[in-house]
Amino acid sequence: MKSENYIKVEFPSMSANEAFARNVAAIFAARLDPTLDEVGDIKTAVSEAVTNSIVHAYPSELGRIQLRCRLPEHNLVEIVVRDWGVGIADVPQAMEPMFTTGGEDRSGMGFSMMEGFMDSLKVRSSPGKGTTVTMKKRILSKARK
Amino acid sequence: MSVQTNFENGELRFSLGGELDHHSARDVMRKIADEIDRRLPGKCVLDLAGVGFTDSSGIAVLLRTHKHMRELGGSLSVENVHAQPAKVFRAANVGKMVAFQEVR
Ligand SMILES: Nc1ncnc2c1ncn2[C@@H]1O[C@H](COP(=O)(O)OP(=O)(O)OP(=O)(O)O)[C@@H](O)[C@H]1O
Ligand SMILES: [Mg+2]
Repeated sequence: MKSENYIKVEFPSMSANEAFARNVAAIFAARLDPTLDEVGDIKTAVSEAVTNSIVHAYPSELGRIQLRCRLPEHNLVEIVVRDWGVGIADVPQAMEPMFTTGGEDRSGMGFSMMEGFMDSLKVRSSPGKGTTVTMKKRILSKARK
Repeated sequence: MSVQTNFENGELRFSLGGELDHHSARDVMRKIADEIDRRLPGKCVLDLAGVGFTDSSGIAVLLRTHKHMRELGGSLSVENVHAQPAKVFRAANVGKMVAFQEVR
């Protein structure tokens, strides 16, 4: 096994777990000594991804959500949010700013937020099978900030 | 998430405390809407001094409350916004619709 630190947690798609998930990711990233601003970015992105799984992937029943965090490189945190829900038929369209299938309640800004607040965002999805969101963020050492 | 309400001289002020997300926003949104309908204020203030975190759900709270107040012919202002919520609001260009004042 590669000596690389990681965590993997799984929880049901209850909205009470949104705060749990973003705080777990923030605590994992804390070992890279991020600034408050960077911690805020990570919490925002994870909150968006997990909320999407709760709201869109499992609209009418509870399902399983997985959060994985790892450090693939020095100063790089990778966060994966995965669900086994309804999936997305047209990913590029879903990722457009303001695009939403959520009606009045949602603003369609989730993916834009993940993209803007992290260094990279990849979305893999197939209808009926689920969605995997992979985000990376480089944490600059405090000396360089 | 806590919501404190104060109504004085036609101004309805909500002081929110905690983290604003899809889980907490539903409740907050309902409380705010009910109170506006009950008081019919000319001015509404959202005081976010106690809000250390929001995701895009907070945007919906601001925009909905703004719309609600406009329907009544009143106005909304948003005060004491911390750095993280301010960044989220700016990313969504919320300032174009609702003026918000950042905490210094
Ligand atoms: N995990 C997912 N499973 C199924 N569909 C998804 C998933 N994530 C996103 N989507 C689809 O992509 C659309 C855009 O997502 P995005 O997060 O950008 O906006 P939103 O969730 O609709 O609104 P907001 O995030 O601003 O509340 C959603 O409306 C939904 O149709
Ligand atoms: Mg979303």
